[in-house]
Amino acid sequence: MAMKIIASTCTGCSACEPECPNTAIREKGGTFVIDPAKCTECEGQFDSPQCVAVCPVDGCIVKA
Amino acid sequence: MSIPTATLSIGDLLRSKRVVTTPAAESGGCSSQGGDGKASCGSSAGPHDMPAEIWEKVKNHPCYSEEAHHHYARMHVAVAPACNIQCNYCNRKYDCSNESRPGVVSQKLTPQQAVKKVLAVASEIPQMTVLGIAGPGDALANPKKTFETFRLLQEQAPDIKLCLSTNGLALPDYVDEICKYNVDHVTITINMVDPAVGEKIYPWIFWDHRRVTGYEAAKILHERQMLGLEMLTARGVLTKINSVLIPGINDEHLIEVNREVKKRGAFLHNIMPLISAPEHGTVFGLNGQRGPTAQELKAVQDACMGGANLMRHCRQCRADAVGLLGEDRSDEFTLEQIEKMEVVYDIDKRRAYQQRVEAERKAQVEAKVQALATSGAGHSDDIKVLVAVASEGGGRVNQHFGHATEFQIFELTATSATFVGHRRVDLYCQGGWGEDEQLPSIVNAINDCHAVLVAKIGACPRDELLAAGIEPVDAYAYEFIEKAALSWFADYRQRVASGQIVHRSRGDASIRQGAFTAAA
Repeated sequence: MAMKIIASTCTGCSACEPECPNTAIREKGGTFVIDPAKCTECEGQFDSPQCVAVCPVDGCIVKA
Repeated sequence: MSIPTATLSIGDLLRSKRVVTTPAAESGGCSSQGGDGKASCGSSAGPHDMPAEIWEKVKNHPCYSEEAHHHYARMHVAVAPACNIQCNYCNRKYDCSNESRPGVVSQKLTPQQAVKKVLAVASEIPQMTVLGIAGPGDALANPKKTFETFRLLQEQAPDIKLCLSTNGLALPDYVDEICKYNVDHVTITINMVDPAVGEKIYPWIFWDHRRVTGYEAAKILHERQMLGLEMLTARGVLTKINSVLIPGINDEHLIEVNREVKKRGAFLHNIMPLISAPEHGTVFGLNGQRGPTAQELKAVQDACMGGANLMRHCRQCRADAVGLLGEDRSDEFTLEQIEKMEVVYDIDKRRAYQQRVEAERKAQVEAKVQALATSGAGHSDDIKVLVAVASEGGGRVNQHFGHATEFQIFELTATSATFVGHRRVDLYCQGGWGEDEQLPSIVNAINDCHAVLVAKIGACPRDELLAAGIEPVDAYAYEFIEKAALSWFADYRQRVASGQIVHRSRGDASIRQGAFTAAA
């Protein structure tokens, strides 16, 4: 259970990184990646995955 | 909260500028007088129009003082990529080095890289007096990077003024921090004061760990913007309000915006045309929402003249722009180039250079005063015209027609020369040859002008301009702009009076929408 960022549509804006309650997101080669081992899809923490809610590109962050 | 919307259409505004009688706001950053719509302070004002401490803050800021923008440069550093809202006129995915509009950059920087770049530019361009953080996202949606950049700069280049721009959503949370780093200029983008208008502009905001949409989103944003503005006014921070004019959505509503922001102490109001083309990939670009024409923009700006002080010289810069407004030298300062530069920050050298700039600036003001004294005498006609001017800075008519990527527009009467805006155009002369296919677009951009003042112009474009009814003028090359314009205008009225020519009014002009082709 984890989210993933589709690198080809990621703009590298970094908006998701500080919103992640699990510090699962980091920069890699200009775009961002989610560590599936740390990601909880924000279950029990927020109404919806924070990275998806803040991402400016629709469909860029999806369920892995 | 219900806010009455103005009942005027843009057509009404175009038919009669003075049809709108906006009551003067009860309070405000600085007062403006009715008269012929002359604001008593703000971007076109001088030292006698405002308190000394405010003039001190704005006099060398190209964005806050129209006079300063001829002489002083600014730069933006792109340290703030993240944003907390979505706007229908913005597409953050699109990033092209030939594009000039807000939200677009070529290279993102860390605070350390940004500081190095600022020091390099400040050494190379000593008239660079202002550093702004304007994105490409929102300065306050990236608080760590924004304030770390300010902290480092305050240590290493204390003479550089700091400013930032924001959509206002996070603003109330950071007012203390803004004051801590002596940021004395803040720009807030406010496109509406009615959430019913706002929901057509903002599809969503990220707020309190949720994506909020529709009316609720616009309402929260509106309340945060007003609160942030009031807090900044209370702390004595100068504010500029940017509004994007979107025909059919917020055109007449901007008069209401003007009144509300003025009431809350806004120092300047900057009404900018929507930049919208399908290739930008924005919601507005894709659904065919058009931008305003030059005269539509001017009509709304003129209708707001009784309210907050209008800024007319905004160039809608990229979030990594470098140089005088209207020029962009960011190509000279890429990360790779900065790495190679030996940067010595010499504050005394900068001061000495700026003293020479001040002398030039004083001479420009004096030339205008003198020209006005002779121009107004003995003329009772009420002819009013626009002229386009090719200038590469210093307040002079000093650019070749073929080298201009923009023209400054001045409105002339027998007793006044007022800067009213600028028009971006495609470069006519490329690699030493005139590009004839560019000419019609240049004519369209200045089609509402009676003359174009240049340092020099070739025979070919000269004939084409004459055929379009625009007089090409190179007789005042290298003179100060206002003096040159008023001298030409005195001559023009002379010719009209003697029956040599007939005065006719001009049509509308178009605002350039496509990608900006940088001068190669």
